[in-house]
Amino acid sequence: MLSYAVFSGITLGGMYALVAMGLTLQYGVSRIMNLAYGELVVVASFAAFVLMTSAGINPVIGLLILIPASFALNWAIYRILLKPLVARAKNRGMLEVDSILATFGLLFIVQGVLLVWFGGNYYSYDFMNSAVNVFGAAIAANRLVALGFAVVIGLGFYLILTRTRIGTALRAVAVDPQSARLVAIDVNFAACFAFALGGAMAAIGGVLVSMFLTFSTSMGVVFTMKALIVVIMGGVGNILGALVAGLILGIAEALVATYIDPGLTIAVTYVIFLLVLLIKPSGLFGRATS
Amino acid sequence: MNIVTFKSDFIKPVILGAIIFAALAFLPSLVDSYYMSLAISITSFAILATAWAMFSGPTRYISLATVVFFGIGAYTVAVLGEILPFPVVLICAALAGTVLALLVGFSTLRLAGVYFVIFTFGLTELVRQVVSWYEVNVTRELGRYIFLDITQDDIYWQLLTLLAVLLLTGFILGRSRLGFALRIIGEDETVAKHCGINVTRVKVALFVLSAVFMTLTGAIMAPRWTYIDPVIAFNPMLSFQVVIMALLGGPRRLLGPILGVIPLTLLFEVLTANFPNHFSIMLGVTFMVIVYLLPGGVIGLYEKYGGPNKPSHPNGPPTTKEKTA
Repeated sequence: MLSYAVFSGITLGGMYALVAMGLTLQYGVSRIMNLAYGELVVVASFAAFVLMTSAGINPVIGLLILIPASFALNWAIYRILLKPLVARAKNRGMLEVDSILATFGLLFIVQGVLLVWFGGNYYSYDFMNSAVNVFGAAIAANRLVALGFAVVIGLGFYLILTRTRIGTALRAVAVDPQSARLVAIDVNFAACFAFALGGAMAAIGGVLVSMFLTFSTSMGVVFTMKALIVVIMGGVGNILGALVAGLILGIAEALVATYIDPGLTIAVTYVIFLLVLLIKPSGLFGRATS
Repeated sequence: MNIVTFKSDFIKPVILGAIIFAALAFLPSLVDSYYMSLAISITSFAILATAWAMFSGPTRYISLATVVFFGIGAYTVAVLGEILPFPVVLICAALAGTVLALLVGFSTLRLAGVYFVIFTFGLTELVRQVVSWYEVNVTRELGRYIFLDITQDDIYWQLLTLLAVLLLTGFILGRSRLGFALRIIGEDETVAKHCGINVTRVKVALFVLSAVFMTLTGAIMAPRWTYIDPVIAFNPMLSFQVVIMALLGGPRRLLGPILGVIPLTLLFEVLTANFPNHFSIMLGVTFMVIVYLLPGGVIGLYEKYGGPNKPSHPNGPPTTKEKTA
């Protein structure tokens, strides 16, 4: 029971971490507080569902289609919807308010579209649903696959950010957009690229989650919420922080769901969030500035 | 402490407002029940949007949790309505709202605004889950019935009174030290701190005040439903609607939000009647249009073009930040 709870916590936490890495990129580099982020996760889940059930394309292949599609979609969202706000904002605070409002509207549009197409029911599909024995616990193979992908993609993402030129540029913009400009970094491009990359991460999270969890059109808000909490807990813009925080959240949730009540997972999330806010609002690995 | 600076322009708007509200009180004898229910919607949204703007307008802390307080008010009535007399129930509701607002306020308002937004964003989900959990595990019934001897007209009058009190509060606030402190915080928090303002305490005080009005609205509206469950009482759409209304009207002025409430309540009425399945999409689109095309709200538009060039605050000319906001 315990090893099962811990394992499902790690899988879940891995997903949270992956999704939160994308959000920390969007918020840290592009300075967009994207409240519609979770909707993009759910859209990807439904896209994987449609690919699997109507075209017979399994979600692993589906990823190859959905990652670039989501990258392009988020690129377009940034260019069309958010660029005008960036241009209009006088300071970071105003951009924050504007982007919160705009993406809040986007949230309801995306949710509305999904509701019209799919209704309010829970969905799932069959993919590698056989049990595998891991440390004495029977784990569905799809969870293992999802976790494997999360690890590989998360690691790849980390390496891109720390070892490549463009990754370094993104991190520089996250630290200080003004100074980044001085060393010939195209800040506008970096912001747009980071937003699109973050969106692609959301899509990966959505596809992986859909492999082993049921999902519904109204789940987006919860994903956004958890991703935001993970981002804050790990420290805004901190990739490793997001990883650790995501795992903590996932394991805490799985333990509570197994031993206390599955109906209280959001309460756990909030308790953790409150503790972070009260004790260390700059995050586990954040610097002391806010 | 000298809370209110009496000026010659203080008495006139109050008397004018009193006359308008006295006239509105006769509405039930003039129109049929359909228009009464519309009037109730408009009045309740007017309270919610004005209360929202009272805190979020000057501070720019966007609260996405209006429905949490509203739902808590409704639930207080559902739980206590048949045990206690209604005025006492209202007091209990206000207390419940105060406690929650204090909790949220003190844990988030010391920090940057974004923490507050995130906290309120998920708060609805949290409260709904906790209430559902409690109902399922402790009372073993998900829904509750509210049978109170309160007519539609009573609800309307109660709401009207609450709106009058809210507007008067807002009016006095705009001329008080507290309101002034709040505006300084909205302009520049660092400056406010250097002026000796206890920034957190002012923000929490205002947040609590605004939350109490939201809670009372929920409590007054509860008898209208006869049946509530967590999904009905904590519908996030309500928070969303309130934000749109306040933004359309212009959250930086006392009467601004009401200007947004009237057209949008009518629009929602048309949308729910004609496009029940596309309601959310239409709402999202309306919202985007307002955010992109009317950043200052209707009032901002009026101030920008044509209107008499009044200072937007009685205490001084608008700053550059305000004009662009």
